[in-house]
Amino acid sequence: MLIPDDLRYTTEHEWVRLDGDIATVGITDYAQEQLGDIVFVELPAAGTPVESMRIFGAVEAVKTVADLFSPVTGAVIAVNEQLEAHPEYVNTDPYETGWMIKIRVTTASEFDGLLTAQAYQKLIGA
Amino acid sequence: MAEGELRRTPFFDLHRAAGAKMVPFSGWEMPVQYEGILAEHRCVRSAAGLFDVSHMGRVEVHGRDAVAFVNVLTTNDVERLEPGQAQYSAMCDARGGIVDDLLVYRRPDRILLVPNAGNRAKDLDWMVAHRAGFDVDIRDVSEETALLALQGPRAPDVLARLTSLPLDEIGYYRFRVGEVCGCEMVVSRTGYTGEDGFELWFPASEAARVWTALIDAGREFRIKPCGLGARDTLRLEMGYCLYGHEIDETTSVLEAGLGWITRFTKSRFIGKEALLAQKAAGLTRRLIGFRLRERGFPRQGYAILHDGQPVGTVASGTVSPSLDVGIGTGYVPVELAKPGTDLEIDVRGKRVPTDVVKLPFYTGGSGR
Repeated sequence: MLIPDDLRYTTEHEWVRLDGDIATVGITDYAQEQLGDIVFVELPAAGTPVESMRIFGAVEAVKTVADLFSPVTGAVIAVNEQLEAHPEYVNTDPYETGWMIKIRVTTASEFDGLLTAQAYQKLIGA
Repeated sequence: MAEGELRRTPFFDLHRAAGAKMVPFSGWEMPVQYEGILAEHRCVRSAAGLFDVSHMGRVEVHGRDAVAFVNVLTTNDVERLEPGQAQYSAMCDARGGIVDDLLVYRRPDRILLVPNAGNRAKDLDWMVAHRAGFDVDIRDVSEETALLALQGPRAPDVLARLTSLPLDEIGYYRFRVGEVCGCEMVVSRTGYTGEDGFELWFPASEAARVWTALIDAGREFRIKPCGLGARDTLRLEMGYCLYGHEIDETTSVLEAGLGWITRFTKSRFIGKEALLAQKAAGLTRRLIGFRLRERGFPRQGYAILHDGQPVGTVASGTVSPSLDVGIGTGYVPVELAKPGTDLEIDVRGKRVPTDVVKLPFYTGGSGR
């Protein structure tokens, strides 16, 4: 189970990487393993506003569907268009090629309220 | 066994050793997947897969009246079976509702039945309740036996490595009793995937040895152990009914499109009068297969719409791994059941345009 130290996490199993005021968001290795084979990822268009811990999309796996929650508030500036043809990247490489959206963050302090790798590890009992 | 405790098949330890994800299913702790549902699905369509289906029931009916008794209990015609032949059938109640769907095997001296895991106890009660006047001995042999399904175009190649049985002579829905890797078993050319393959019924004490022999012999044909997840997507691509989804006690065999296993020419079977009356009055609803015209994942319970109005609910749905499109089943008013009819599925608030299509969805299988 991969839980990179340099990322922050939500209680809903998203990860976020902050680079300046740009947050890159995806779902964790634990989440993809729980979901199993992912067949679609529903993502918002660039420009869409997102809010901290509000739904921004959904992941459709063979056995189940899960909502995606935005870790931070801001506006979507990019979506991973590769996932359209290759949703399985979320399974095979959730922290890199399986990223989902990039958000220009309006409230940087929200980042500090997210779970550290250690806290997330504790949450999932890994 | 304690209330709520899950049963385990004799293959449980092998599943865990193979990395299976175990889930509760009909009171059993079963592998839903090993490597992944999609990889296992594709492996069965292209090579071979091995499924533990020991959660399903195995019942023997012995006695002078075994054929007559099962013929009254079930909708298909057991008299038409020669020894060594099997048929798909259903048990109905007096109202024509489906108690269970099952396989019926005829051996020279007995009838074998394979009911659903979740219905086994109910079915046995039902059988005992209707045995009066028949010279039969009903034996539940589920605990002492194991059941594996070896499925896929390479299944005969795998099995041929382990048996001298003339597999070419075992036609579809036929079976033989013979040795596979030195273990005597029922070798039946049946399955639930749409591919060629076999179901193997043998003593539970031989479980580990037979499983390991099949996996080892299958390696050169790229066999994979497969879980219930792939079993479900494979059967749904074929439009096969799953009890609790397409069929239950509130649906009739006629509504479910199972008229072909309902033999009204038989003098008597439970549910016959009700089904004849239903047929005479005309059906009001029918089970359909539907195919989404746009991207979407239809799931059980989603609404089926026509002209914006709800007309049914999804019984089973998935994105077909073989066709890469959303497919599913559900009951709709009979006037909307014709292939080509325009419907919509409410996929999480989005109305996805959908066509009624003929079953099966997938026609490329190696099964006959």
